[in-house]
Amino acid sequence: MTQGVQVVGVYVHDQDEALHFYVDKLGFRVHTDVRNGDYRWLTVQHPDQPDFQLGLFRPQPPQIDDDTARALMEAVAKGAMPPLVLVVDDCEAAYEAMDARGVEFTQSPVARYGSVDASFRDPSGNGWKLVQAR
Amino acid sequence: MGTSTAAGSLTDRNLQRLRRLLRAKDRMDAAPHEDWPVSRLAQVSGTSEAYFARSFRDAFGIPPHRYLLTRRVERAATLLRDTNLPVIEIALQTGWKSLGTFGRTFRDVTGHSPSELRRRSRAAQGGLERVPPCFVAAAQRPHLKMAVSEKRHHDNGNITTA
Repeated sequence: MTQGVQVVGVYVHDQDEALHFYVDKLGFRVHTDVRNGDYRWLTVQHPDQPDFQLGLFRPQPPQIDDDTARALMEAVAKGAMPPLVLVVDDCEAAYEAMDARGVEFTQSPVARYGSVDASFRDPSGNGWKLVQAR
Repeated sequence: MGTSTAAGSLTDRNLQRLRRLLRAKDRMDAAPHEDWPVSRLAQVSGTSEAYFARSFRDAFGIPPHRYLLTRRVERAATLLRDTNLPVIEIALQTGWKSLGTFGRTFRDVTGHSPSELRRRSRAAQGGLERVPPCFVAAAQRPHLKMAVSEKRHHDNGNITTA
């Protein structure tokens, strides 16, 4: 692929914590992890999706002022950020594996609408829907 | 982290508090048909009972019991649209103890009786099958900016103050 969406980011409260979650608990890989002073560009990748990176970014000065950064992190902690969907072949199996690794599920798998779905959150509060591919 | 200042740790504590309150909200989302007294919600979020209701409202803009009501109505509306279950069965499945209370509350919140809403939502379908169903349901969740009793008075034209 030469054209298309390459990076989409989520805001996280703590990048180390987020890295541990997305890599050790969800099975993503680190794509880029570089620092410049306090700033850290951190992206991870689903093993089946080499063309796409999920950014794990911390809202912080100087790009964003302190008050705005705080408001953004509060919005994440309140679960107010946009929907995220992770597609898997087998929702029940993925749920079992992730649950065993300590992922915080907010909804166990439910079979409905011709598929199976569950919900989980990352440590910061970003909410994911885990959907079985049809 | 680099935020070892007093202000930084205060922010961290506040974020952790919000995250725990979200857990109480998530638990209601997962099982809106269950009873959620403040004591149970406070326990989920690790706060005192006295503190819980106020901090939930401050965080999410709506008192916890009213939030639960919106989730029950949302769930009932989905079941009315997507299933042929009798209304009484839907009432019981979504946490109401009687058909009367369900019908009255449902009408107060949505402006329609359960069976009216069933007819209307079936007539108005289309295009939404490409959206994950839970997000469609959430988008159609009732706004409850006031208490149900207050809304009833308001809709009846009994509000005299602006």
